[in-house]
Amino acid sequence: MSGGRSAGGATGAVFVTPLLLLTLAVIVVPTLGAFALSLTDFDIYALGDPTRLRFVGLTNYAALAADPHFAQVIGNTILLAALGVPAAIALSLAAALLLASATVRWAPVWRVLLFAPYVTTLVATAVVWQYLLDTRTGLLNALLVGVGLAPVDWLGSPATSIPAIVLFVVWKVFGYNMIVFTAALALVPAELYEAARLDGAGAWTRFRHVTLPGIGPALLLAAILSVANFLQIFTEPYVMTHGGPAQSTETVLYYLFSQGFDWWSLGLASAVAVVLFAAILALTAVQAAFGARFEWL
Amino acid sequence: MAVSRGLVRTSAVAAFALVTIVPLAWMVAVSLMPPGSANTFPPPLWPVHPTLANYRELLLPHAGPGGSTDYHIARALVNSVALAALATLFGLLVTVPAGYAFAKLRFRGRAALFRALLALVVVPGQVAMLPLFLLLKWLGLVNTYAGVLAPGLAGLYAVLFVRQALLALPDEMLDAARVDGASEARIFVSVVLPLLTPVIVTLALFAFLASWSDFLWPLIVLSDAQLYTLPVALAAMSREHGRDVELMMAGAVVTTLPVLAVFVGLQRFYFTGVLGGGIKG
Repeated sequence: MSGGRSAGGATGAVFVTPLLLLTLAVIVVPTLGAFALSLTDFDIYALGDPTRLRFVGLTNYAALAADPHFAQVIGNTILLAALGVPAAIALSLAAALLLASATVRWAPVWRVLLFAPYVTTLVATAVVWQYLLDTRTGLLNALLVGVGLAPVDWLGSPATSIPAIVLFVVWKVFGYNMIVFTAALALVPAELYEAARLDGAGAWTRFRHVTLPGIGPALLLAAILSVANFLQIFTEPYVMTHGGPAQSTETVLYYLFSQGFDWWSLGLASAVAVVLFAAILALTAVQAAFGARFEWL
Repeated sequence: MAVSRGLVRTSAVAAFALVTIVPLAWMVAVSLMPPGSANTFPPPLWPVHPTLANYRELLLPHAGPGGSTDYHIARALVNSVALAALATLFGLLVTVPAGYAFAKLRFRGRAALFRALLALVVVPGQVAMLPLFLLLKWLGLVNTYAGVLAPGLAGLYAVLFVRQALLALPDEMLDAARVDGASEARIFVSVVLPLLTPVIVTLALFAFLASWSDFLWPLIVLSDAQLYTLPVALAAMSREHGRDVELMMAGAVVTTLPVLAVFVGLQRFYFTGVLGGGIKG
């Protein structure tokens, strides 16, 4: 940085100013605003006349804690993540392991096809899957009936609505971590496999003792990021089920949206936003702790 | 032995890939079927009498039996293209110079500001959503393009990406240009930007796709159907015309085929971006 010491000072400030102002306006101030709003009774009346706004302390949080509907919404969201994250990670890993094999031909073609769902527009493919999962005319039930099973009312029954959405989400997202895992697999030293093979290790033993430790950090990071993504699901239930049946697919973000923009209870909805923020921050802390433990972040 | 193993592996990957692509292939197939023909059991897989009737119904202005029907899809296509182009352009204008400044220019508070931006990356966008809506309402920007665009422009990941790409650039290159009397603006345009071209293509691709696919925020900000983006228009259409499978599939194709085509054309840059996700601070 010899010449750079004197040069570029004023330019640097000019170059970062638009970003800093925008960040302040669309991230910092509104995020602080969410904390402030969550301590008020901001509702549809306050929307028209701000003088009706009152400070209510932690009343919104107490209301959420006592609301069985919010408890159900949290339960739905956790169920989504609990089913979806392991399934998505397993499918990503399976695809990456298949693709990484040196003997596979035309790998770039398969890679693009496997990745395609990830770049599709979420609303469009959610609409497509609504029909694939249709009880009467859906492709999935045609397959089930074809092999002699009974058709399932995928999106119409509270017992299967979450698994059905998980099926769609896993299809939509697995390509992303497939690419991440393919890159991680390429970094596992080939000599380790060779050594294990010479020691007489079978395919499973090599996977368990060479592959998994080698890509462990990538796997863990992907899992944590996936949990964060599953906690923020909104579009899928909004398009496919409208939160139903019997509120079985209402997620935290769906609840936030309907409280905030259907009912204009912006105070209560802000409290939901803060709870969601806290959950994601806790996840990030877990990630950082693991990162420090394994020295890879 | 090696040959047969390769064959088995290739067949397994091929089967996996084909199953993955079935929903998209089915979407295209049904969009070409005559109205009403896909609503049977078992569902037809192939358009025996392919027709563009659904696309005509969807995109061309016409008067139906019950008066004029407008699905707002043609208009939404124009809106989506315009918004994604604007989001990409303004996003790059804000983030690329900032990333360069954080990597290579010295100014007061650089380290502290950068640490603050890194900390903000963990804030999920939905937390800011409600106050941001009130702010836009106060500014009169609800139901405008500016309101849809604003929150996406402060792309912190893009700043980190540009900074990371430029850290490896030797300072001597910039200093040599300074010794030659080039202004800082000239150095940025003539030295830095050409080196950043692949990075900028990657960032532009991500910005375009993110804007195109965004749903929740445009849904909140836009209330006028004339301003709807494709995802918002398609979701609204699905609530009103949900039983018209063939028409809905044509809508899904119009919504998602442009971005699939962009991705296939620029996949090299796209995968670079995915793998650049693990940027260190």
